Parts: sequence; structure tokens; C-alpha cells
Amino acid sequence: MLEISDVAKSYGSGGKVTHALRSISFSIAERELVCVVGPSGCGKTTLLKCIAGLMRPTRGEVVLHGKPVTAPPEEMAVVFQEYNRSLMPWSTVRNNVLLPLRHKKLSKDERTRLVEESLEAVGLTRFIDHYPWQLSGGMQQRVAIARALAYQPLILLMDEPFASVDAQTRGDLEDLVLRVRDEFGITILFVTHDIDESVYLSDRIVVLTHAPTVVKEVVRVELPSPRDQIATKELPEFATQRAYVYRLIKHDTTAPAPSTLVGEGLHD
Amino acid sequence: MRGRSHETVKVAAEIVVPIAIVVVWELWARSADSQFWPPPSKIVQEFNDLWVFEQFRSDVVPSLMRILLGFGIGSAVGVAIGVPLGMSLWARKFAMPQIEYWRAMPPPALLPISVLLLHSIGNLQKVSFIAFFCIFPVLLNTIDGIRGLDPTLVDTARAYGIPAHERIRRIVLPAAFPQISAGMRISLSLAVIIMVVAEYFSSTSGVGYVLLISKNTFQLGPMWAAILLIGVIGYVLNLAYMLAERRMLAWHRGWRAATPQ
Repeated sequence: MLEISDVAKSYGSGGKVTHALRSISFSIAERELVCVVGPSGCGKTTLLKCIAGLMRPTRGEVVLHGKPVTAPPEEMAVVFQEYNRSLMPWSTVRNNVLLPLRHKKLSKDERTRLVEESLEAVGLTRFIDHYPWQLSGGMQQRVAIARALAYQPLILLMDEPFASVDAQTRGDLEDLVLRVRDEFGITILFVTHDIDESVYLSDRIVVLTHAPTVVKEVVRVELPSPRDQIATKELPEFATQRAYVYRLIKHDTTAPAPSTLVGEGLHD
Repeated sequence: MRGRSHETVKVAAEIVVPIAIVVVWELWARSADSQFWPPPSKIVQEFNDLWVFEQFRSDVVPSLMRILLGFGIGSAVGVAIGVPLGMSLWARKFAMPQIEYWRAMPPPALLPISVLLLHSIGNLQKVSFIAFFCIFPVLLNTIDGIRGLDPTLVDTARAYGIPAHERIRRIVLPAAFPQISAGMRISLSLAVIIMVVAEYFSSTSGVGYVLLISKNTFQLGPMWAAILLIGVIGYVLNLAYMLAERRMLAWHRGWRAATPQ
């Protein structure tokens, strides 16, 4: 459903050109969860902004359902890393979630229903009339996720959404993402620098190189579903996959391909 | 209990200085017996005779109306011009030199031209004169507030395709409002100053006019009563504005307290 072909982005001009992205190509299928990982400073956020239509790539194109993305498409929602800055502190949780619905052609009842349902999906019904800053970081990010869900996107882009929450909250939020993917039947592109997180969440992982960035490898994650924070992470395959992706990022070319290692211990 | 007595001491500290000043002034003025420095007790007497309620309708109400109208119109114009300027670099390039020039103009310098241009020394001239100078603090703060808008919030609005009018109403203006409001507070006290200037130099009514007439006729009691009233107007308006701001910006205090800046 989403095709990224030969996307390149450079800044500046003349002798001072910085090539952030050299050439990125990959695609995402319907209802797939794909993580993009790479070393820090490799232009993950730049790539996400190009895909979201917030930034024009210097070359190449992004195609969503056959239509080239030139501006933020209606079928796409974005969750940013800085939850405390992407939510409006002057509005209640309800009005924050309502914001992107106000200009959609919906009845008042329909809007209310979407707001309440999406807040219920992230478990924040009780906090609907609170202000975002009255909530913890993890809860604020759940408000941002609820806002994205209420928008009813086909694809959800998430830019390191859990980078600034504590480890336990992060685990809960990861499971929330997997759950809403199934419940709402949406496709998710998840940018992260956390290799464990990418292996745990993904159907496939797009591993990027250092800048100027290209796709190093697209890794298919062969782990049983549904995933579980404890059971999945204690599987030997999890460790193997994780090590494989880790080596790719560290430029270690001696890593064995994961396909030779998966297949055992999957069905216990 | 300790907290409470601490509060009492704080309030007392705020009150004790003004009381001391008035007492010293009273004692000194009585012993000096100068016609230029009537004792506060006499000024309060004059204040009562003059303003409560002899000339309240004829002079205080017009002055207050001029302040509030001028302040309201000036603030609205400041925000209306400030929004496009805050959002567009090119608009700022064109407009900022003009703004800096007129902003630096001392109000009395423009008084003659305002009388000539508007063919009047009545309310129209007073209100537009006050409004003109109230524009600038609000305008500059609106521009600054909008330029300081968080880029993440801008990206959020774009990603969700929020149309321009919704963006301005629900994101840009609320985000800039703490700064706009700070500008409005400056404009409000400016409005009082300019009201006095305008009424003092060209008027047939108002507190500033009473100040002028009583000075010219050597009625120093009423003159001091007018000065006292102008101070009270400025103080009360500022206090009322601060209380209103506390309510309107409750979210801002909560947010600042909760967010490490």
C-alpha cells in the first residue's frame, strides 16, 4: 500500500551540501507493522517527514495507494516523539483528540463517538476532561495515539514515540500499539533507535546505514504472534534476531543470516 | 498555623509602607501649610466632593470609556496585524521598519495631527488616539508569540490537515496568548497615560481635563484629587486585568509547573 522509491534528501547547496538520505526504497503491505532502525543521526526522522508529506524529498517519491504523496495525505496519521509538544496544553484530552476531526465531514455524534472510542482503546476514558500536563508521559503519548486513531487513518507513522518514557511504560505502550493494530486493522510504520523494540514489534525491519543513508537490509522477523513482553523476549529466536540486527547496524558483516537459525523452538 | 501567621506578616508588609507615607505626608503638610501641598485628609475630602458622585458621570465615565474602547480596539488591531506578520517572514520584512518607526513616536508629538486629521477633540479623536498607541505592545508580542510556536505543533497541524482558519483559532492564537496577554497588560497602562495626555491637551471633559482646569485656576485640592483618581484608575484596571488573566491562563501556569522548561 505504501511504496518508497529512491527517496533522497540533501540540505544546503553548492559546496556545502549535506546528503542526509542517499537513496531509500522499500514498501509496506496492508496491515503490516514495519520498523525503521538505524544508527543515530542516520536521518530516520527526515525519512519519516518525507513519507508523511511534511518534507519534500530532493529525489524519488512516496506513493500511497497509487497516489504520489506531495502533502500530508488524509489517510495518514502521525505520532511524534515529543508528546508534551505535539499536544495542546490549553485543551483538554477530549479537545486534543477532537482537533483533527473538526474539519472532517462528520456529524457531531460521530465525532463524539470517535473521540470516546479511541480514548477507550488506549484506556484513558477516565481522563477525558483532564489537561495533558496533568497526566504522566506515558499517558500523554497514549492521548497522542488516541488522536491518531480517531482520525481513522489507513496508515500510522510513529517517530520514536516511546523514546522518552521509562522502560516499563514503554513495554505497555508497545503492547498497546500491537493491540490497536489488530483492533483497528491499520498499517504502521514505526521509527525507532531501539533494536529490541523493533524486533519485538515488527513484521519486518528496515535497517538503515549511516548518513548518507541507504537501506542496508530488510529483515523479516520470524516470531510467533501474539507477542508477549516476557514469553517472546525469552525465545532464543528473539535473541538471534536482535543480535543479527545489532550486527547489521554496527557494520559487522560476519553475522549469520537469521533464516539459518529460525525454525526451531517456535512451537512450544 | 505558622503558614497563616506568615501570610499575615506578608500582607502587613505590603500595607505598612503606603500607610507610613500617607501619615508622614499628612504630618508634614499640616506643619508646612503650603497651598501647593494640601494634606491627604484634605485631598480625600476633595476627592469625595468631586468624584463621589458630583462629576463622576460628566468626567470619570467618559475617561473610563475612552480607556477601555481605545485599549480594546488597539488590542484587536494589534492581534489582527500581528497574526499574518508572525506567520510570514516576508510580511515582517516589509512591515517591521514602519512598526519600529511609529512605535518610537512619543504620543504628544502626534496629538496635533490627530486633532487636525479627525477634525475633532471629542470621543472619536480620543479613542483613536489611545487605540493607536495600544496597538504596538500587543502587535509586537503577538508576532513574538507566534514566531515562538513549537515546530512539533506546526507539524502536527500539517500532518492532520488542519485548515488555516482552524489552525489560527485553535493552535496559533492560544499558543501565543500568554505573550499577547503580557502585551495587553502593557497597553492597558499605556491607555491610562495616553488618556491623560489627550484630555489634558485637547478636551472638554474627562479626568485629564479636570486636572488641567483645576491647575489653571489654582484649585489645588481638586487638582490633587484628580491625580489621586488617575492613580486609582490605573491601579484598579491593572488589578482587574491580572485577575482576568489568571483565569484565562490557568492552563499556562499548570503546564509550566508540570513541564521542565
